[in-house]
Amino acid sequence: MKYFHLVWAALFRRKTRTIFTLLSVLAAFLLFGMLDAVRSAFNAPPSAAGVNRLVVGSRISIIQPLPQSLLARIEAIPGVEKVAYANWFGGYYQEPKNQQLMFQVAVSPSYLDVYPEFSLPAEQRTAWGQTRTGAIVGEAAAKALGIKIGDRIPIKGAIFPTKSGGDTTWTFDVVGIFKAAEEKMRGLENQLLFRWDYFDEGRAFGDGTIGWYIVRVDDPKRSEAVAAAIDALSANSDHETKSQTEQAFNLAFIKQLGDIGLIVGAIMAAVFFTLILLTGNTMAQAVRERIPELAVLKTLGFSNASVLGLVLAEAVLLIVIGGVLGLALAQVLLPAVNAGSGGRMNFPPIGANTWAIGLVLMVGIGIVVGLLPAVRGMRLRIVDALAGR
Amino acid sequence: MNFLIQLLALLIVIVAIGVLVVVPWPVLAALVLVFAAWMGLTRSGRQAWSVTRVGLATIPQRLGASSVVVVGIAGVVGVLVALLAMGEGFRQTLQQTGDAETVIVLRGGATAELSSGVSREDAVLIEQQAGILKDADGKPIASPELVVVANIPKKGTGTDANVEIRGVGRQAFALRPNVKIVEGRAFEPGLRELIVGKGALAQFVGLAPGSTLNLANQQWTVTGVFESGDAHESEVWGDVETVSTTYRRNGYQSVSVRLTSADAIDAFKAGLASDPRLKVDAKTTSDYYSAQSESLTKAIRVIGIVIGVIMAIGAVFGALNTMYAAVATRAREIATLRAIGFRGASVIVSILLETMLLALAGGVLGAAIAWLIFNNYTVSTLGANFSQVVFSFKVSPALVWNGLKWALAIGFVGGLYPALRAARLPVTTALRES
Repeated sequence: MKYFHLVWAALFRRKTRTIFTLLSVLAAFLLFGMLDAVRSAFNAPPSAAGVNRLVVGSRISIIQPLPQSLLARIEAIPGVEKVAYANWFGGYYQEPKNQQLMFQVAVSPSYLDVYPEFSLPAEQRTAWGQTRTGAIVGEAAAKALGIKIGDRIPIKGAIFPTKSGGDTTWTFDVVGIFKAAEEKMRGLENQLLFRWDYFDEGRAFGDGTIGWYIVRVDDPKRSEAVAAAIDALSANSDHETKSQTEQAFNLAFIKQLGDIGLIVGAIMAAVFFTLILLTGNTMAQAVRERIPELAVLKTLGFSNASVLGLVLAEAVLLIVIGGVLGLALAQVLLPAVNAGSGGRMNFPPIGANTWAIGLVLMVGIGIVVGLLPAVRGMRLRIVDALAGR
Repeated sequence: MNFLIQLLALLIVIVAIGVLVVVPWPVLAALVLVFAAWMGLTRSGRQAWSVTRVGLATIPQRLGASSVVVVGIAGVVGVLVALLAMGEGFRQTLQQTGDAETVIVLRGGATAELSSGVSREDAVLIEQQAGILKDADGKPIASPELVVVANIPKKGTGTDANVEIRGVGRQAFALRPNVKIVEGRAFEPGLRELIVGKGALAQFVGLAPGSTLNLANQQWTVTGVFESGDAHESEVWGDVETVSTTYRRNGYQSVSVRLTSADAIDAFKAGLASDPRLKVDAKTTSDYYSAQSESLTKAIRVIGIVIGVIMAIGAVFGALNTMYAAVATRAREIATLRAIGFRGASVIVSILLETMLLALAGGVLGAAIAWLIFNNYTVSTLGANFSQVVFSFKVSPALVWNGLKWALAIGFVGGLYPALRAARLPVTTALRES
């Protein structure tokens, strides 16, 4: 540490070059920060609360309905704490392109008990319980579409026509606005939840069926046993179920979108390969220019090891400064991107995990690019270097 | 003075990049020709050319530093071209699906087949409308269809993916003449038999002809493979009535018909609208499938450009570093040239040209790598029907040209400032420097 000022002075010996290199490093780590946010948004959905939940869907396929009558039988299984169910609706508000801003799900009364991450004021929850046509909307969706409590909103284009008239337009009374309990779950706010009993009574076909059950178990360690017990209920029937933890369910769904990890990995490999070459070149230049100075240091009594250390420290410092600035910039930019997308994108903020990976990468790349020039500095023969040979 | 020159340089950069973005390639080619003529035919041009030649000849001595420009720009162009090729592949696959002469009829307001429903009675009414092409037996070419989703593992990940099972009517092949059986035979109506698209065969496990598949607790046999060159290749087809009874569905989700000509759409739509029993929407299949590619293609484009811009910024600074260093090592040589009468402009042109040639080499390298690795690389993603759409990356000439423009822009910015410095360094100082 006592040589810090020496390393610092060496680093800024050529200001322009160092600043340009820093900006390149900054760009690389800005990209790393943003892409890692994308990767983590897709790879590990923010559902730490979801390990004690099972999703029970039809074994045949996700779109195949299950009988609502399974509810009581699932509730009777030991280890099951609470069961909720839901049904996909598939309509849109005003325009088809709003579908992803606010998708709609018909849910059972217990839905909010199973999902503690939805926070709804108590009086709004009571109002929802009292209004058959009532619906609650996520804050993000409400903001994006200009929906307020008290609005009567028509939802068009649903899978299910109504009994009266066979039309597919359903009207709901907005009685509440819910929020996601944590910032990183803002994606949950892009939906409208309404009552399954109203839905089931009003639809022209499919009475008594639901899309999927969500089961909260009392002990996450016994999830597998409970899942097996649930699937055994319907074995060999015409509505066999497939139960899996919510995390496994989400991961399987995301894998269907495509191999996001592979794409991000390939981009980052290209970026870091370029970065290593670029900063390696800078360091090589810096050491080449300073050969006589390094020789002087050695003449003064600096050991080979300390010269090696000085050059390595310089390289690591260069990358760490640029990298930390880049990640910090990404941290600032991501919320702005989320806000700018009008609710279409919800990237989680850059977490400790990304910072840790980033720092390891910075130090690693610093050592890789510093090593060759450092070894060159270490092996200098004082006489040759001072003579300029 | 110094400030004015910086400002001028910034203006030149903005104008040059603007020209590069806006101007089509024939104009740029003409500009290059004019430039070459200037270099070959005028005195100042020949001066610039001889300085450039010296610069280019010394590149091998600065190989490490020059490769920073080439590799940096190759990285930008490679990533950009590969990402845009993904969007382009998805767009092409969906846009090639359907044409202006076939029409898909969905329930009013439905955005996709999965959220639609058409009863058997409605299907009969739709098939009787005017404007539908008749086959040799005088039957309208129309196919009532039903889409369901099956869980079939993906080869790459081994996890279940949603595969689209399409039940089609008897006229499905007359409706879509581009669908050809390339292996085995078509399914027999009434039997639990399936044919699989080439894309689905490549992406999902256990779809080879002859294998049996468990769908909705029934055993189905794969009898053949079909090719269509569009989004239908991601699907598995069976007889609509068999699919419907197996999945216990009442009615269909859509009816697709072939019109007598593209102009017949208005008459066909008017017919549908005038029948009070029908509450349906009709769209040409080309419109229906093109609309499905819009949002994903746009998203990939935005992401590609954002990543490209950030990488380009990094590459510009790398190029600046390299070229400043090159100018510094050649300071004496450049000063000597200017002392014996070479003009500042020749020096600027030569350094700019050198950087842009390096950048072009990087662009070509990046585009070539993207083409070699990713052209026709096949992937799949979730599409409109909650099921997998298989598509291939398409590295088109337009995308490569786009990438090369980015390379040239980066080279221009990275070369201009060092070139200005070289031309403005006082000759006496530069000559004295060691």
